[in-house]
Amino acid sequence: MQATNILILLFGFGALAFYLGRGRSLAIAAPLGGIRKLHSLPSYYGMHTAFWCALPSLILLALWMIFDEPVINSIVIGAAATDIAPSDTASYNLLLNKIGNLADGVLPRAGQSGSLIAAADHMIYLREISRWSLTLLALVFSAAGLFLGLSRIASGFRARPAVEKVMQNLLLACACLAIFTTLGIVLSVLFESIQFFRSVPVTDFVFGLDWSPQTAIREDQVGSSGSFGAVPLFVGTLLVSAVAMVVAVPIGLMSAIYLAEYASKRVRTVAKPALEVLAGIPTVVYGFFAALTVAPFLRDLGSSFGLTVSSESALAAGGVMGVMIIPFISSLADDVITAVPQSMRDGSLAMGATHSETVRRVVIPAALPGIVGGIMLAVSRAIGETMIVVMAAGMAAKLTANPLDSVTTVTVQIVTLLTGDQEFDSPKTLAAFALGLMLFIVTLLLNIFALHIVKKYREQYE
Amino acid sequence: MNKSVDNLSKIKRSLTRRNRAEARFQWYGRVAIFIGLAAVAVLFIDIIGKGHGAFQATYINLNVSYDQELLGIENLSDPEQLVMGNWDALPKLALREKFTDVSGRRDKRRLYGLLSNGAGFDLKDRLLANPQLLNTTESIWLLADDDIDTYYKSWLDGEAYAARLSDKQVVWIDQLHEQGLIHLQLNSNLFTRGDSREPEQAGIRGAVMGSLLTLVLTLMLSFPIGVSAAIYLEEFAPKNKWTDFIEVNINNLAAVPSIIFGLLGLAIFINFFHVPRSVPIVGGLVLTLMTLPTIIITSRAAVKSVPPSIREAALGMGASKFQMVLHHVLPLALPGMLTGAIIGMAQALGETAPLLMIGMVAFIVDIPGSFTDPATVLPVQIFLWADSPERAFIEKTSAAIMVLLTFLIIMNTSAVWLRKRLERRW
Repeated sequence: MQATNILILLFGFGALAFYLGRGRSLAIAAPLGGIRKLHSLPSYYGMHTAFWCALPSLILLALWMIFDEPVINSIVIGAAATDIAPSDTASYNLLLNKIGNLADGVLPRAGQSGSLIAAADHMIYLREISRWSLTLLALVFSAAGLFLGLSRIASGFRARPAVEKVMQNLLLACACLAIFTTLGIVLSVLFESIQFFRSVPVTDFVFGLDWSPQTAIREDQVGSSGSFGAVPLFVGTLLVSAVAMVVAVPIGLMSAIYLAEYASKRVRTVAKPALEVLAGIPTVVYGFFAALTVAPFLRDLGSSFGLTVSSESALAAGGVMGVMIIPFISSLADDVITAVPQSMRDGSLAMGATHSETVRRVVIPAALPGIVGGIMLAVSRAIGETMIVVMAAGMAAKLTANPLDSVTTVTVQIVTLLTGDQEFDSPKTLAAFALGLMLFIVTLLLNIFALHIVKKYREQYE
Repeated sequence: MNKSVDNLSKIKRSLTRRNRAEARFQWYGRVAIFIGLAAVAVLFIDIIGKGHGAFQATYINLNVSYDQELLGIENLSDPEQLVMGNWDALPKLALREKFTDVSGRRDKRRLYGLLSNGAGFDLKDRLLANPQLLNTTESIWLLADDDIDTYYKSWLDGEAYAARLSDKQVVWIDQLHEQGLIHLQLNSNLFTRGDSREPEQAGIRGAVMGSLLTLVLTLMLSFPIGVSAAIYLEEFAPKNKWTDFIEVNINNLAAVPSIIFGLLGLAIFINFFHVPRSVPIVGGLVLTLMTLPTIIITSRAAVKSVPPSIREAALGMGASKFQMVLHHVLPLALPGMLTGAIIGMAQALGETAPLLMIGMVAFIVDIPGSFTDPATVLPVQIFLWADSPERAFIEKTSAAIMVLLTFLIIMNTSAVWLRKRLERRW
């Protein structure tokens, strides 16, 4: 909470600096004949002083919060007595955890070895030092900044361009966050995946036919060697997505055509938002609906026809996912269909074609690239969809193309691998990141390709 | 002559065929829209049909005597004694007095099973609030067990579900019903309590608070950052490779599966920066990164819709570029940006998958009060309850979904309203 207090303090100082800077600029201007003798408005001088006062300390605070813990940890471990010195990374982390818990008072001190308690005390001592030096430094920085800022104020000082330069850089930093997010995703997923591929070869992962991620806890345990062949997961994902597309593409496309070409304005204003409701419903609600209503219904329906439908069938999960994707396809298709120039329709109608012939032979072919792009975006949505399959599809990896059977998907496995209690470095959790990498690559390629097509098509008629 | 008649009939035939194809095509469209709308209707009817019951709970009326000796408490203000007090004895005694003919251990256990095992604690809270009740007897409605609740509601609806009840319990409930001592009343527990393993005691207050805290943080971070990024990209960014790269990144992030953001949060925030698991801070950070592209894209559209004449007028009056943006473009674009922010928040409110990755699935009874308390959110609570085996949780889950959907509908309609009301047409 120290950091929060400093933050509040810094904002207070910033406000103070604003008023001091503004007052000083006014004081300078008064003998010269009013503020028209200043280069900028007084509030810019205030802002300039406030920036000088608060920004360096804020940067310091951010850096301190990032580097504080690792530095203290390495000092504590480095100074720890030799009898507890760690031999490898696993025991290093364990030791660090133990000392940290001791220092926090989470772990009772009674019964711990003397060197551990000494290390914990060392950690408490260092944390105390770090906290006070941070407070002191932040105060010194902001005071120094305040005086520097105030001393720079003069009638000819160009405060406005300076302030605007800083603000523009802040805006740029916000825009760059998107790059850092992408970078963060790529690095975090890639880093863990590389670690995973060190213990499991890439070829085994991509081409292996057997998925059973239970690894043995003890060396002599039987039957849980853990195999990470992801093909059943890929097949399951594709099967569920295919079912979803079979539901979503015809319905979404036909409703888009009807709304764009035939519907009266009144029908359009009612039906379009009503369909969009489907897009706003959270996926967890669809999952509940699929697992508790659709799946039992399909099972009973199947058994009345003499078919065995699994209660976690790909059909139920995929069907409900398809319903979720309908508005996605229909609104994208609607956009591209309405973008087709009216003159093309008029030409076709003038030749004596009926409306549906015009739609099928002229409008759809003209809109096809956009529609294909939309469908590809929808496929990427279906592949990455998580909650519906977690709740309605199975857990066991099965290599089958039968939609009545239960399958598991990449996203289901990521969730199951990461929501249990396990070591972070075990191949089991790392496998989740490898699956995440696959998911990211596939969806990224689909998205880039689809966005490219849609953009290119849009330019064609603009 | 003959030939032209032939042609005419040929054309007529083909025209009928073509007109039929036209009608068929239109019907395909109507059917597609009907299926879509039917899906909306079925979904809502199914959820409401399953969940409306959860807003009421079964209560049983009993004469409870707050017997000091039975409780084993001398002083009500001593917290240690309160903890040690035999609170469960109160409802048990009341039940035994009501059904005096019950004997035998098994039957007694079934009898006690009529009431929620939290009934004793409810009585404790009542006694603490009204200390003068000590050593008196009062007639009070006590919360029934979830199996009783399920049975009683289904029995009232005409198709009794008695699979989890013994015959004797059914008889007891019949007796109570004849005497008017069992009834349904508003289930306030649903809105005032946190999660519980006992369906009748479980509520969504904790999850709603968790969602609120997470969303506040998300809004505080994503709205200023998103608006700044949009303004930079629309007003200041030079047209170069770097700007293009930022744009490509934003567009792709908008389409990245949400679970990937969960992996990012797990690897970066939790494992690298050691932010504690399960707290609204991590949830807010992850959801911020997830909603940013949406907010940036809608904010850019809002900035773009401000006509250039306004910018030129401001610049012509001697404003600097920043003054032009801050004093003119931003206020005019703000309604559109707010709409985008509401849509982004609605998206964040319904999101589940990334929060599963960062440990917001823990079973948390306490209601979170700050950004650093362990918390769960409404959609995750729905997921957890949907996974629970107890039948009574189906009803609770549907009720929680109804609450979630209500919030979403309010947010989305207010976004639409805002757009209609405040957005200016140039």
